[in-house]
This record gives sequence, C-alpha cells and structure tokens, in this order.
Amino acid sequence: MPRYFNILRIFWSASISAEMEYRLNFIMAALSSVMTLAGTVLMLFLFYRTGYEMGGWPWRDALVVVGIFTFLEGTQSAFMTPNRTRVTEHVREGTLDFILLKPVNSQFWLSVRSISLWGVPNILMGLAIVAYALITRETLPHLAGVLLGCIALLLAVLILYSLGYLLSTISIWYIKLYNITMAMQALVETGRYPITAYPAAYQVFFTFVLPVAFMTTVPAQLMTARGGAGWLLGAAVVAALLLMLSIAFWRFALRYYTSASS
Amino acid sequence: MPTVEVDSLSKTFAVADKQPGMLGTLRHFVKRKYRMIQAVKGVSFAIEPGEVVGFLGPNGAGKTTTLKMLTGLIHPTAGSVRVLGQVPFKRKPDLLRQITLVMGQKQQMIWDLPPIESLRVNAAVYDIPESEAKRRIDELADMLSIGDELTRPVRKLSLGERMKCELMAALLHHPKVLFLDEPTLGLDVNAQTAVRNFLRDYNRKHGASILLTSHYMADITALCDRVVMIHKGGLIYDGSLADIVQRFAPFREVKVELGGDVDHDTMQRYGEVESINGRIARLLIKRDDLTATINRLLADLDVTDLTVTDPPIEEVIGKVFDDGATGNDTNTPTVGTVQP
Repeated sequence: MPRYFNILRIFWSASISAEMEYRLNFIMAALSSVMTLAGTVLMLFLFYRTGYEMGGWPWRDALVVVGIFTFLEGTQSAFMTPNRTRVTEHVREGTLDFILLKPVNSQFWLSVRSISLWGVPNILMGLAIVAYALITRETLPHLAGVLLGCIALLLAVLILYSLGYLLSTISIWYIKLYNITMAMQALVETGRYPITAYPAAYQVFFTFVLPVAFMTTVPAQLMTARGGAGWLLGAAVVAALLLMLSIAFWRFALRYYTSASS
Repeated sequence: MPTVEVDSLSKTFAVADKQPGMLGTLRHFVKRKYRMIQAVKGVSFAIEPGEVVGFLGPNGAGKTTTLKMLTGLIHPTAGSVRVLGQVPFKRKPDLLRQITLVMGQKQQMIWDLPPIESLRVNAAVYDIPESEAKRRIDELADMLSIGDELTRPVRKLSLGERMKCELMAALLHHPKVLFLDEPTLGLDVNAQTAVRNFLRDYNRKHGASILLTSHYMADITALCDRVVMIHKGGLIYDGSLADIVQRFAPFREVKVELGGDVDHDTMQRYGEVESINGRIARLLIKRDDLTATINRLLADLDVTDLTVTDPPIEEVIGKVFDDGATGNDTNTPTVGTVQP
C-alpha cells in the first residue's frame, strides 16, 4: 500500500508540473469557473425572486445543491476527465501495452495517472458556496447532518468515478470515445438543481437509472436535515455496486484487448 | 531452463473488412463483416539465458503479434508460451518485474515533461529506492552517453535522444528478458550504432536474454548470433546467422576480370550471369560446383582477376521473404534460386 501512495505522489507531482508548463491555462480555468458559477446562481435567483420554491427547497438549500454540483464538477475535471481521455488515447495509440506491462494495477494507473488544475477553482468555489449557504441559513444545520452529508459527498465522487470508468472502458472495443467526457458532463449537469424539482418520471430515472440523485441531492438533503439516513445507505450501496462493476468490467474488457497493431 | 519457451504458438484475429467508397463506409458502419486472419501459425522456439536472438520477418509476418503473446499482452489462440517459467498472459507482478518491452513506434515517456520525470514514475512503479534509482539512471545515462537531455521536455528531444531515454525507462528495473520491437526504427546511423552498442553492453553486464526485431540487418548482424525467421505467420528458419546464407543462398558470387571484352553467351556456360560490364563479369555459381567451375574458367578464358564472395545477407534474406520460403528442409531450398 505505501508503494501505491508513493506512486500517486509521483504521478500527481509529475502531472502538476506538466500543467505548469501552460500557466495561462490555470487563469483561464479560474475565470471560466467564476463565470459558470455566476450563471448558475443567477438562474437560480431568477426562479426564487418571484417566490417560486424549487421542489420545496428554499433558496439557501437550493444553493447547497448548486455548491455540491460545482464541487463535483470541479472534482470531475480535476481528477477524472484527464484520465478518461487518456484511456481512450492509450487504446488508440496502443500505449496501453506499456501500462499493462507494469507491475501495478492497471485500473489504478489509468484512474489516477494525471490530475488537472482546471478543476481546482470549481472545487474551492463549490465548497465555499456550500459553507456560505449553510451558515446564512435561518436555522443552523446539525453538525452530524453536515458530516453525514460529507460522507454522502465522498460516495457521490465514487459514483461519478465508477460511472465514468465504466464508460471509458468501452473504448477497448470502440477505440474513439472522446464523447465520454461530454456524456459525463451532461450527466453531472442534471444534478445542478434539487432532484425534486424535476417531474416525477425524471426523478425515478435520475435515481434508479442514472444515479444523479445520489450525487448532489442526497448530500444536500443530509446537510440541510431534510433526508433520512436511509438515503445515505442507498448511496453507499449504489457506490459500492458501481465500483465493483467498474472493476469487473475493466477486467472483462482487458480480455478483449488486442491493442492497436503496429 | 530456457528463458523463453514457445510451443506451437498460434493466433487468429477477426479483422473488419471494409469495402471502398461511400456505400462501403455506410455498410461498414451499420453491419461489419469480419474475416479471420491467422497471424501466427504454430511457431515454436526457445531462448536460453543470456542469448540475443534476432526475430526476422517481412512486414505483417506476425512478429509484433508474437512479441505481444510473449509479453502477455494478448492471449494465444493455441499453443503455449513460458517466460521465466511463467505464463505471461497472467501478467503476475513477479514476472512483469523481470521483463520489458520496447517498441520503436510507441513511447511511454510523458510528452510535456523531461525524461527524468518519467524515470521517476517508473522507479516508483518498480519499487526502486530513490538512491538506487539515481545510481541506475546515472549508469544507464553513461552507457548511452546521455546528459542534460534528461532534464529537457521530451517534446524537444530528437528521435534518437528520445529512443535512448525510452531504453532507460524500459531498463531501469534491470529486466532479465528484453523484447525489442524495432528499437532503432527511424534513427540515424550514429544513433543506431549507439543503441546497438548499448544493448550489447547491457546484455553482457546483466546476462539478459534479448529477442530483437529490426528491419535493419546491421542491428541483427551486430547483436545476434542466432536468428528466428517467420513468414506469413509460420517459422521458416531458426539457426545461426551464418547458416542463413548456406541454407537459403546455395550460390556464391564470382567476379571475374578478363583480358578482353566478354559476351553474355560465353559467360552463361559457367553460371548465372548477374552482370557484364566490359571486361568484368559477375556470375552466380552453385556452391557444389564452385571449384570445378572456377577451374574451367581459369582454363578456358584469359582471367586476370577472380574473387569469390557470399551474396550480402540483406539480399539473401530479402529473397527469402520475397519468394516465401516454405520450410526447414535444407536439401531442397525453394529460395535462393535466382532467376535472371
């Protein structure tokens, strides 16, 4: 295990120094993150200005959802997107060979190989919004609820990761799959607002088919003391199942990997 | 125990067949037709510890496929492979720590970073302590005469420099078995020589076994005493480099310089005429008849100079691949019969 931590440390320091080669990138990322967030908050504000309550969520609580959404989006672009695109590249160029020949778990390598600073502003801003919304709320939330919410948030990251990895695994068969990033982006996008704001049919779809509800709404529910611990348990089960599925599917896919012939 | 044991190894691929044109593209998109291609057919050979073996074959002969089965990247359709006594396809960490694969067309270096960063990654992956890694990097850099290239971004390195760094990354963990797929591809003559010398040194220092494919015969002649040749997926030769000429080119080249001009018809009586240029003629003469024919030449004609050489190995091997040699049958070589 310490070896894996050591590998992780070196992966990330290498990939941060690679990112630092392009300094302007980071400034652009911060800017675009501020703009997107402003857009989302404005949209939300327009709804609430007229007294409309989205799916029974008051303004501050809906802001928590937006904060969590922003955090997840940041986490995704910092830790997941750069690795997902690389899986596709490795398959297409045949350099997956090198990774498979390393005495290290290939899924681990492909999942943590690179990080991107692009997501960092979103992560920070998302957390800030959550904190702001919770503190300025009429009734301060319970600490226990917030902690449970944080656990749910970690599970949300796990769910997001597993779904993304499942999708990128498909590139073993269908080589060019750059659209994975888009698909995953769109998936997270639907978690921008509380799930209860959607019509009933969508709610069912976003809970049981695409587990978006578990990603943003459930953590926010727990933090704002509106949901039971049952949801947390549900999130844990979903996360564990998806993670196991992603591992099993990757192993299955490798059996079909023949690598791009030279 | 041999380092590598290959026994009747075969691999069949399903390859998508696409007809040309828009209609073909459309059909290809909607319903793919697959064709089975047998890339490797019943190949067997073994490599002993410390041996350097050249692996030859024209493009598409199945070399890379075989290498991928030997490294465990793809599963054989039939037959078996053992590397250091293990089944490579299981990719047990214990085996992976002792083998390496270098591919001339692919690179594992991180493009935007200096090679030293990629080397650090590999050191961590192979669990090499920092001080030991540093010692090995210095040693390899010295053997390859690499200096400040290690701290320049990979994208700014020349192809030759990059290949040297690739070799460092591939050998940092001191593997016992090296699979090299055209390691000198695209390199200039100096870089080729450097890579060759390095591989020879590494082989001597670490007693490593090497299986090497290359399109440059110079790589093979410089490094390998033994070659394994495949053609259309099947093994056609496994033996010493020197014997290839004997086996596949039962002719020798005789160059005669005469006192006066000669004509084609006269020379044809002695052997196959390759060229006639004024007073100089080049003939191909069967090995078995060599002495007798030379005696006749000297007796019949006014010979001022005569040299006998083997045809260059590149030419012999090229002919083997062109003609599609069929077997290990020494007595009836189907190649080497030169048509004028």
